[in-house]
Amino acid sequence: MASVTMTVNGKSVSGNVEGRTLLSDFLRNDLQLTGTHIGCDTSQCGACVVHVDGEAVKSCTMFAVEADGTDVATIEGQANADGSLNVIQQAFQDHHGLQCGFCTPGMVMSAAALLKDNPTPTEGEIREYLEGNICRCTGYHNIVKAIMAASGQDVSAVAAE
Amino acid sequence: MYAFEIERPSTIADAVKALKDEDAQALGGGQTLIPTLKARLAMPSALVSLSGIGEMQGVCIGDDGAVCVGGATNHATVAKETASSFPGLSGLAGNIGDPAVRNRGTVGGSLANNDPSACYPAAALGSGATIITNAREIAADDYFQGMFETALDEGEVITEVRFPVPEKSHYEKFVQPASRFALVGVFVAKYADGVRVAVTGASENGVFRWSEAEAALSTDFSASALDGLSVSADGMIADLHGSSEYRAHLVKVMTGRAVTAAS
Repeated sequence: MASVTMTVNGKSVSGNVEGRTLLSDFLRNDLQLTGTHIGCDTSQCGACVVHVDGEAVKSCTMFAVEADGTDVATIEGQANADGSLNVIQQAFQDHHGLQCGFCTPGMVMSAAALLKDNPTPTEGEIREYLEGNICRCTGYHNIVKAIMAASGQDVSAVAAE
Repeated sequence: MYAFEIERPSTIADAVKALKDEDAQALGGGQTLIPTLKARLAMPSALVSLSGIGEMQGVCIGDDGAVCVGGATNHATVAKETASSFPGLSGLAGNIGDPAVRNRGTVGGSLANNDPSACYPAAALGSGATIITNAREIAADDYFQGMFETALDEGEVITEVRFPVPEKSHYEKFVQPASRFALVGVFVAKYADGVRVAVTGASENGVFRWSEAEAALSTDFSASALDGLSVSADGMIADLHGSSEYRAHLVKVMTGRAVTAAS
């Protein structure tokens, strides 16, 4: 067992983990932050995307030990300080960017990473950036629309409802 | 996963020491190794993580003008840092997997694994790179020795890769849409002394140089220079994604597109 300490959503947390403990399992099982979802567990689907030191990573494909000393952000830390939805989350609700919601935490975290680097992405750039996030409900159109809207852009030209 | 310990050395020397343990395995970004461990296809007693070694991070330009990439540098960093100095390499690194994978996967990990469908082997072989380890320097032409086989010895760590910068280059990948690996990928690089063409994803022996295309393109650097050439399907990978004949066909098509797009 190894002792790890990291900052998660602004709070310092510690725990004892096995070498093989994944960051996703540490977040979900040790910290009870179950908003980070495990879909495929093979780094394909992106439901487990979190930010480590500001960069989007698949938390099912990183060991908790490797996150020792880092600053981790999960979906639980995304809402505004008063508990209201942040701009991206609100846009997902407004544009119906989800159906079952399973992929949504990863979608929102990926969207946040994209908009940090590219504040006004084109529709094509959004679709390309979401390559590693799989949604089996929506067909992506409304997710793309939500991210366009979250970046303050006109969404009327985004294809098909 | 079977149980194992993880060590996180902060220097190359400590990593090499830790890897002397017979059952120890180096861990780069883990984007291949962690899924392999989950499938119980590997059973190391200890993983030696290379991600905390500062001297293996980053991109710089060497005295000879070559782009030098630390072995533990992730794909996203390579894509960003080489955008102006070596656009062909930047484009290749920026199209591996997906954004989250690119934030973890490393150049050293990719080259050490030498997956027959990985992108980086094409850049290394196609640019005549030098693979630098804790022990020696290995020319790319000597480094790749077949599917998942390299010149690396047990416990040897790729600390840096030096890519000579071509006049023009481009990597063209026909993506296998589920995995984002190359069904066939071709890296074309034009140097003052000739053209190099490296093909990944196609051969059962892993990345290889297409010498007939190199000769033709060294005389005339245009896609039409490939017109009279053909690629044999012998030894090409055949699987549910494509037959060996299909892959052989794609080699020529991707090479032509790479030449046309080279900048």
